[in-house]
Amino acid sequence: MSTTTKSKSVLWDWLTTVDHKKIGVMYLIAGTLFFVKAGVMALFMRIQLMYPEMNFLSGQTFNEFITMHGTIMLFLAATPLLFAFMNFIVPLQIGARDVAFPFVNALGFWIFFFGGFLLSLSWFFGGGPDAGWTAYVPLSSRDYAGLGLDFYVLGLQVSGIGTLVSAINFLVTIVNMRAPGMTMMRLPLFVWTTFISSTLILFAFTPLAAGLALLMLDRLFEAQYFITDMGGNVVLWQHIFWIFGHPEVYILVLPAFGIISEVIPAFSRKRLFGYTAMVFATMLIAFLGFMVWAHHMFTVGMGPIANSIFAIATMTIAVPTGIKVFNWLFTMWGGKITFNTAMLFASSFVPTFVLGGVTGVMLAMAPVDHLYHDTYFVVAHFHYIIVGGIVLALFAGVFYWYPKMFGHKLNEGLGKLFFWVFFIGFHLTFFVQHLLGLMGMPRRVYTFLGDQGLDTFNFISTIGTFFMSAAIIILVINVIYSAFKGERVGADPWDARTLEWATAHPLPEYNFAQTPQVRSLDPLFYEKIHGDGKMKPAEPLQDIHMPNGSILPFIMSVGLFISGFGFIMFNMENPILPPIVVAVGGLAITFICMIVRSVKEDHGYHIPVEEIKAKEVN
Amino acid sequence: MKKWKNVWRILPIFLLLLLLTGCGETNLTALDPKGPQSQWIFDNMLLSLYVMAFVTIVVFAIYFIILAKFRRAPGDDEIPKQVEGNHKLEILWTVIPILLLAILAVPTITGTFLLADTEPEGDHTVEVKVTGHQFWWQFDYEDEGFTAGQDLYIPVGEKVLFELHASDVVHSFWVPALGGKVDTVPGITNHMWLEADEPGVYKGKCAELCGPAHALMDFKVIAVERDEYDAWVASMQEEPQEPTEVVAQQGREVFEENGCIGCHAIGGTGTAAGPALTNFGEREVVAGYLDFTDENIEAWIRDPQSLKQGNNMPAYPQLSDEEMTSLVEYLKSLTVLE
Repeated sequence: MSTTTKSKSVLWDWLTTVDHKKIGVMYLIAGTLFFVKAGVMALFMRIQLMYPEMNFLSGQTFNEFITMHGTIMLFLAATPLLFAFMNFIVPLQIGARDVAFPFVNALGFWIFFFGGFLLSLSWFFGGGPDAGWTAYVPLSSRDYAGLGLDFYVLGLQVSGIGTLVSAINFLVTIVNMRAPGMTMMRLPLFVWTTFISSTLILFAFTPLAAGLALLMLDRLFEAQYFITDMGGNVVLWQHIFWIFGHPEVYILVLPAFGIISEVIPAFSRKRLFGYTAMVFATMLIAFLGFMVWAHHMFTVGMGPIANSIFAIATMTIAVPTGIKVFNWLFTMWGGKITFNTAMLFASSFVPTFVLGGVTGVMLAMAPVDHLYHDTYFVVAHFHYIIVGGIVLALFAGVFYWYPKMFGHKLNEGLGKLFFWVFFIGFHLTFFVQHLLGLMGMPRRVYTFLGDQGLDTFNFISTIGTFFMSAAIIILVINVIYSAFKGERVGADPWDARTLEWATAHPLPEYNFAQTPQVRSLDPLFYEKIHGDGKMKPAEPLQDIHMPNGSILPFIMSVGLFISGFGFIMFNMENPILPPIVVAVGGLAITFICMIVRSVKEDHGYHIPVEEIKAKEVN
Repeated sequence: MKKWKNVWRILPIFLLLLLLTGCGETNLTALDPKGPQSQWIFDNMLLSLYVMAFVTIVVFAIYFIILAKFRRAPGDDEIPKQVEGNHKLEILWTVIPILLLAILAVPTITGTFLLADTEPEGDHTVEVKVTGHQFWWQFDYEDEGFTAGQDLYIPVGEKVLFELHASDVVHSFWVPALGGKVDTVPGITNHMWLEADEPGVYKGKCAELCGPAHALMDFKVIAVERDEYDAWVASMQEEPQEPTEVVAQQGREVFEENGCIGCHAIGGTGTAAGPALTNFGEREVVAGYLDFTDENIEAWIRDPQSLKQGNNMPAYPQLSDEEMTSLVEYLKSLTVLE
């Protein structure tokens, strides 16, 4: 009945952990690695487009790069980086000891990780997928795309399961695990957006899984869902893909909104302006986000009635988004603002995101979209949303929560340098792309011809990419430098407002020795004003029950990985083993682990009161 | 303070000026519209740009006031008033965007139907069947009974109707200076129309990723006056003229011996697996993008893969220099215009 698992190695500790904080850190590391990988691809692509008719990458390689860049950035970088914060921060912000299902949480991470690994293996088996991250059929069918696309289909299928189980876990956690007094309308905005984004995952990743399954059947077993010769329908894939793909944008951007809604109040020293409006605006955006998928398909020939409906529905999203933007502005209005790195990112997010939002409304005008569609105007628009929105918010979150996660601040001087180099590079890269699109440059082109008036802006755009790359190097230097020389700080270095800053320092594995009693929105701030600055406990000090670590999530994920690889082997020439054996064998590993998990009794362990007291004194 | 505000009022105007100067190459850029459709699109793009510039200016103005005014001085530990919200303000910034969107909704709906209006009208409407292939365009003038590849001739000042098909993967048919794009989708027939205000050669592109050489899937729209167009149609309908020069006659033998006719139709003979070559000699470019020179034609025939990765044309490295010269001569002799 005590803590006796300390003797194992560090590696074993991380492989078996079910602690939401360690899983959060693992998401952060894995997401960063994928982010850098996809970023380097982007750099190479921009170098290829620096001058007309460059011969740096071939058309085929370029197509593999655009596909992998998009796929990795959305599925394997942005999603896990947001999951890192959701995992680490959400249980703390609602005053919980862990997520609802710690075992499932670990499982979600490892499945995501091995799914991403499977996708990355494509480079070693004849090249990456090359049909764009949207994988439109027939370009992604067996007639036109090679083995790389099988890695795309199964890598995403496996990694999608991980995302889905994690989302379900967040939903249950937020509904069930809130501290006493933490009503739904007192949830921090980051928790709200996590909740709504997880709902979106639940409803959007299921059609993706179905679509990928159909594509797999087409590619591996000669089904004809998307092949016109046999009565299949090419546009069907586009509908299925965008029913997932459009909500996906909101899955990513809503938690980013959440981060901004945490950082801006903290450094303005004001509560969030219009909290209730913010919550309902978030819900409305999520709902509308589901209704507008076909605005990606205005030029596909749906007819004027469908186009009109989807156009108007899309425009309406601007209303709740506008509400959010003005609420952020008026949170800062009248505040006492500290412009440190986190706040620089958070505050510059607002006008940058607006620039991406207004082009979104322009794109929603269906007849005018016949001009923008599939051009660099669209590339510029969604990079303003994804980099100018999600990535800026992620960096704000990194600088804001870094002390809570790692016990020291990142260096402010290097941080501000990083901000300016990145911010300037970003606008340099993407602003001119609006103009390139209007001047007749289609997207996803590996080269452009000289004397078409496109040279200057393409060159400027590439220079911007160099700035962004340099900025990321500065960030890496900052992380390494701060690990040694960073300012060691206590539990609440920013004088912040929410519960995660009320935990002890260093953060114990059980988060809160006693579950806190929440008396208001911004509970810690409330206690600072109305109480003694410490959370009131909602329960007496008692033994804390904790779950044991387990290696099963890791093995289960390896099983799914093997199975996914087995399915891909159906399309390989001369597979070493019969594909069916590998595919079924991998699934068997996973199922055996599930049975072991069900049969074996594991009651966890207790941390005795004395040990907790000893820790809390520090 | 006032200085800041003025800067941010002027900046969007500069951006508009930048747009209005119509940067980019004439006959490619959509910022210099050359037809009623592209003009309509351009006007409504400007309308939405003005509305959105207004929104942007408001947000930027508030943002820069905040930057200037509400910084926390070092050592200032005062806690500002904790404002819960303001219903009047919140209603204001809900209603105004709704009104702005209403302004944009009207042209959105009328325009959607305008662009979709592809019913034939009058006697002079030209109809062309467009087929997207990896990585070239086929133009069937079905009523007139002939096929052209890569170069699309249209009469000036007339609405030309297009029926869009795809033979392999999804492509997208786009002539930026003349109008919007519509996808060519396998198994589905789409329709669109274009019209050119003045004679000229307009550049067209494929806008949907369709394979390794997607970037090079360009074509030309050649707008000519009606009488010139009629003359072109008449001569495209005739049987091709016999080459007069000896070298070109030898080239025709090379063409036939190597089975080129199996893919490239000339006049009424041959199949349409590759671009029809009836008026090849009048092209401005080879393979959609290379300058029309003997060297480029030869390079294309010797090794098409190196110029357009993933295309379906086999390489002919075995042709002798003599054969190649005569073949190039023959191809250049394929003209219909005087």
